[in-house]
Amino acid sequence: MVVFGQFLEVLIGGLLAGVLYSLVALGFVLIFKASGVFNFAQGAMVLLAGLALVRSLDFMVARGIPTWAAIVLGLLFAAVVMAITAAIIQRFVLGPLVNQDGLSLFMATIGITFVIEGAGQMIFGSDVYPLSLFPTDAWFILDGIFEGGLLVSKIDVWGGVIAGALVAVLAIFFQRTKTGRALRAVADDHAAAESVGIPITWIWFVVWLVAGLVALTAATVWGTKLGVQFSIVFLALKALPVLIIGGFTSVPGAIVGGLIVGAGEKIAEVYLGQHIGGGIEYWFAYVLALAVLLVRPQGLFGERIIERI
Amino acid sequence: MLRKTLAFATAASAALSGAGIMLSAAPAMAQNEQFIPRLVYRTGAYAPNGIPFANGAADYITMLNERDGGIGGVKLVMEECETGYATDKGVECYERLKGKGPTGAAYFSPLSTGITFALTEKAPGDKIPLLTTGYGRSESRNGAVFAWNFIAVGSYWTAADIAIQHIAKEVGGMANLKGKKISLVYHDSPYGKEPIPALEARAKLNGFTFKAIPVTHPGVEQKSQWLGIRQDRPDYVLLWGWGVMNSTSIKEAAAVAYPRDKIIGVWWSGAEPDVIPAGDQATGYKALLLQHPAGKFGVHGDIEKHVYAKGQGVGKEQFGQVLYNRGLIDSLIGTEAIRTAQAKFGNKPLTGEQVRWGFENLNLTAARIKELGFEGMLAPIKFSCEDHQGADQGRVHQWDGKEWKIISDFYTADRKILDPMVAEQSAKYAAEKKITPRDCAKES
Repeated sequence: MVVFGQFLEVLIGGLLAGVLYSLVALGFVLIFKASGVFNFAQGAMVLLAGLALVRSLDFMVARGIPTWAAIVLGLLFAAVVMAITAAIIQRFVLGPLVNQDGLSLFMATIGITFVIEGAGQMIFGSDVYPLSLFPTDAWFILDGIFEGGLLVSKIDVWGGVIAGALVAVLAIFFQRTKTGRALRAVADDHAAAESVGIPITWIWFVVWLVAGLVALTAATVWGTKLGVQFSIVFLALKALPVLIIGGFTSVPGAIVGGLIVGAGEKIAEVYLGQHIGGGIEYWFAYVLALAVLLVRPQGLFGERIIERI
Repeated sequence: MLRKTLAFATAASAALSGAGIMLSAAPAMAQNEQFIPRLVYRTGAYAPNGIPFANGAADYITMLNERDGGIGGVKLVMEECETGYATDKGVECYERLKGKGPTGAAYFSPLSTGITFALTEKAPGDKIPLLTTGYGRSESRNGAVFAWNFIAVGSYWTAADIAIQHIAKEVGGMANLKGKKISLVYHDSPYGKEPIPALEARAKLNGFTFKAIPVTHPGVEQKSQWLGIRQDRPDYVLLWGWGVMNSTSIKEAAAVAYPRDKIIGVWWSGAEPDVIPAGDQATGYKALLLQHPAGKFGVHGDIEKHVYAKGQGVGKEQFGQVLYNRGLIDSLIGTEAIRTAQAKFGNKPLTGEQVRWGFENLNLTAARIKELGFEGMLAPIKFSCEDHQGADQGRVHQWDGKEWKIISDFYTADRKILDPMVAEQSAKYAAEKKITPRDCAKES
């Protein structure tokens, strides 16, 4: 029973950690789904959004503004920063690259990554900035069945709730709104979408703005968990196997991929890692992703594209 | 202002080049200047810890220039190079800076065990000493083999031994370690792996169960490790982290309800950036001291008077913090080595080889340390041909939620355990690299 309890605890912890990866992966999916661009800068956007939020919040709290008001204003400020970022990216990077191939756009996002990382630290600082928007302690459930109970981290549960809400909102946005449908049309073919009157520059601004807001949402959870600091950009590397498994175009896929990666890597680390030296979870996620690639290259929920020659 | 300018330049270069290696604040070199390169990381995952150290080191050198006009009438000139704590960038910085100045680099202080490992191969060829204050290859204490490395004040084996001594004191003596479980949560890098042999030796000697648990760079994801610790329930956890890994460890420990006062960090896991981000969860956490605590001492008064009063300081925000003070000590040891070498070679810019002689003959007595304004921060240090470490002491401090409090007297690492390890590992290194150890008896 003890062994089963320990396994259950690792499994629950892994699933919840996976949902937090999904929060970052959603930003990738959003931009890829809407513009066909693999946005390498999504991790850097989480960092920028987090820095803008925490630094403005600290600034206001230090000047006596009530915490609740500072949080609201801080979120608004961070959203404005992300909107400005989206506008700059659209105007100076993506705009001139309309109708270029995907690889050029991908390379452009690598450049954007370094600029955001450098500028973000230059403007807001490069320390670790604590953020306390959610509780970070844990529940110990089923204490009567398992000795010491099963540990469930509250911040991870909050992450799960937020990710669920985000998926619902994004699903409605893509399926039920005119802008959402326009985004999908642009993703299929820039030139064709433009020819039927879809304003591509505006659509790209919208999609980068929404990705920025998703990044801000991820930053609230990850910032509370780790403190807002540079290492948040490494979350992008965690999101990659999630995307490969779930599919680059599927919002539910990002969630399912996150669950698989989270649970898989934690179980592997705890039960396999101790026999082969540990520290395996980073690359084990990619083992899972490679296994899925071999069987289903488009990911579990990705669109299967058949191109006729 | 200068700090912001430096940060701007570094961040901009990192952003635009993606290489993050450029920070040129040095003016054109005059002939009567001693060049001191500074490998730093002001951006990236380890910047919160790299910045205070770099600022302390820079402020001390600026103070020497402003107060004394340099050393022996020779002005000290610094140039920083951003490594991002990456070994490849560290080596690139080394190559770029080693030949600067009228006589080349006086010494390098890489602030990275990984970079130290890489430069240990290069320094003998270039004849430039490496100063690694409290980090680096533990066996490099043996100056007969590692002629160019100076692992000043303490190695990770020293730290591991002191940590075990402190645990023994808490549990009521060395004999009570038998049957205890001690785990090491470590940064999966050359730095994090360094204490493992010393802890294994201690486990064998004292009868405790030792388990090493790696955490992958940069250390932001540790849930598996701490769930494992919750299941194993070790009596103590030693933490060998750096940067964000430290505060993440403390937070994860809190999440699994592991008592913070049963965690002891190495001296690179015991500074303000390691505990402040964890908030109240860090209260009770302990860490080793590389002798010196946080706080202000005699030298700080001189820096305030001769540097900050003139608007030239770069570390105002971290002034007196643990890592800022360590940066001061790093520059103190380096510049006193230059001063020692000047006594032999004359008051002029010196080559790395001459400065190496200065390191090897450096003798910082209690009186000299007091005179330099470091009384209370540092115990005497004396290097020699055989001993490139010079000291074996450390203390323990504890975070009370607001500040660090010293909770122990000085411990002295047990050289009966560590010296054979140094001898064995350095002999192995000498054999691998085909180095003929120096005969220190003849040289002295």
